[in-house]
Amino acid sequence: MLLAIDTSTGTSVAIVDRDAVSGELRVLAETGTDDTMRHAEVIGGFIRDALDEAGIAPDRLSGVAAGMGPGPFTGLRVGIAAAHAFALGIARPFVPVPSHDAIAWSRYTAGETGPLQVVTDARRREFAVSEYEGLDEAGLPVRVSGPELAPRDALPEPRGIRFEATVVSAGAVGLVAELAYAAGRLPIAADAPLYLRAPDVTPSAGKRVLQ
Amino acid sequence: MNTREPLILGIETSCDETGVGIVRGTTLLANTIASSMDEHARYGGVVPEVAARAHLEAMGPTIRAALAEASVTLDEIDAVAVTSGPGLAGALMVGVGAAKALALSQGVPIYAVNHLVGHVGADLLDTADPLETPTVALLVSGGHTSLLLVRDLVSDVELLGETIDDAAGEAFDKVARVLGLPYPGGPEIDRAAVGGDPKAIRFPRGLTRPKDLVAHRYDFSFSGLKTAVARWVEQRETAGEPVPIADVAASFREAVVDVLVAKAIDACTELGVPRLLLGGGVIANARLREVAAERAEAAGIALRIPPLSLCTDNGAMIAALGAQLVMAGRAPSELGFGADSTLPVTDIQVV
Ligand SMILES: [Zn+2]
Repeated sequence: MLLAIDTSTGTSVAIVDRDAVSGELRVLAETGTDDTMRHAEVIGGFIRDALDEAGIAPDRLSGVAAGMGPGPFTGLRVGIAAAHAFALGIARPFVPVPSHDAIAWSRYTAGETGPLQVVTDARRREFAVSEYEGLDEAGLPVRVSGPELAPRDALPEPRGIRFEATVVSAGAVGLVAELAYAAGRLPIAADAPLYLRAPDVTPSAGKRVLQ
Repeated sequence: MNTREPLILGIETSCDETGVGIVRGTTLLANTIASSMDEHARYGGVVPEVAARAHLEAMGPTIRAALAEASVTLDEIDAVAVTSGPGLAGALMVGVGAAKALALSQGVPIYAVNHLVGHVGADLLDTADPLETPTVALLVSGGHTSLLLVRDLVSDVELLGETIDDAAGEAFDKVARVLGLPYPGGPEIDRAAVGGDPKAIRFPRGLTRPKDLVAHRYDFSFSGLKTAVARWVEQRETAGEPVPIADVAASFREAVVDVLVAKAIDACTELGVPRLLLGGGVIANARLREVAAERAEAAGIALRIPPLSLCTDNGAMIAALGAQLVMAGRAPSELGFGADSTLPVTDIQVV
């Protein structure tokens, strides 16, 4: 059973479980908002509410999964920081999941088939793009490229369907983590946010005042 | 919860230091700091996005290191305290997110506190003669320059004045750059000033003219000083004359120190408060401590300077303030607080 957090778009928190015998996947609680400005404010309440709704004490969790982006940096970090700290608090593993994998998994399990291009807003007239070709035998999405940045007006032609996502479900993040764990495939991502962009830095050149 | 000697873990991420401190009541158990200063050095100042990225990387390891240093486990912690502001918003949010989750993982309350008041709270740790109130507090760093009147640490703090442009630490960084010295500027200017004559050049003292003393009695301004230094240096260079680095550094530093200490001592005298506390990273400047000690003594003011490791931004001061709130019987903060980059000092705790 996992706590899952994603703040790559809005804020989403879920408690998920995979029955070790039947393999049945369950979202025991999921709560969130698509507000992209208030991650730091809402994260605590959502974690508390998800635990309450699922009726789960923190020490019953076996790990904490987090969507690693891509997404706007400031908000993305709130969820990852919270997931790191919660995992540390319960002394259980932290499981990083690419947020696009969760989006693709949601689409495929909702009936989509074949090549899928997942697109999310990366601001500054750019999109973050990943290409998938389906689910593998473990039920995990097969990413063939990305995530990478593409100009908004020059998106690569999708090989199949393009899906532009504005929300990422923490339930899907958590279930992808559960499936990867069950298949012995962890880790599926590095414990590093998918920023895709170097920090904006304006080295001050010590400007002259005269001249 | 133990409200007599609560065990508090404090998290501080308002600028470029990831600080985690652990205190029991007023006893310091751990003060662990990871700094991203080296990464900022190549840019000549703190880059907010670089600082925020570094906080995220450092947070887990710093919490672990603090627990090890304090020889406590998380399940012993009575409450978590965290800086809610003021500071860099993106940097603060990393600490806020981590602190909320950490508190929830242990089922303990959380206290969202004010960074500046935390600087004052640092003085309560590990001391035989506790901080007396009321006291005036001068807090000087690369991020803030503030003069506070602290009537009661947990219930009554007033902002007397603050910088209206650059923080004093920023002025050191910028003037260091003018003189071709690396970042951070404070220690570099100190080194360069050795042997220099602090009276060689009369640089301006910001906001000290009679008319400024009406509207900006206890406020500071360092941007004019920085420009004056740059202009002085450039005029020399343009004229093909050598720049006496030691004299410029000493004279600049004297101008900063003079105005900081003068306003702080004036506040003590005028408000009838015979106590002055110094805090913030710029307190590392030996000349500032020296001048403050001289003038405080001359004015009959008791001067307090916490150990330097508690003056620079750190998590122990946040834990110390959290402990004071718990000991005063304050209710914890609601979970919905955020990062407030301009949190006023009157908001000692965000509820
Ligand atoms: Zn500070």
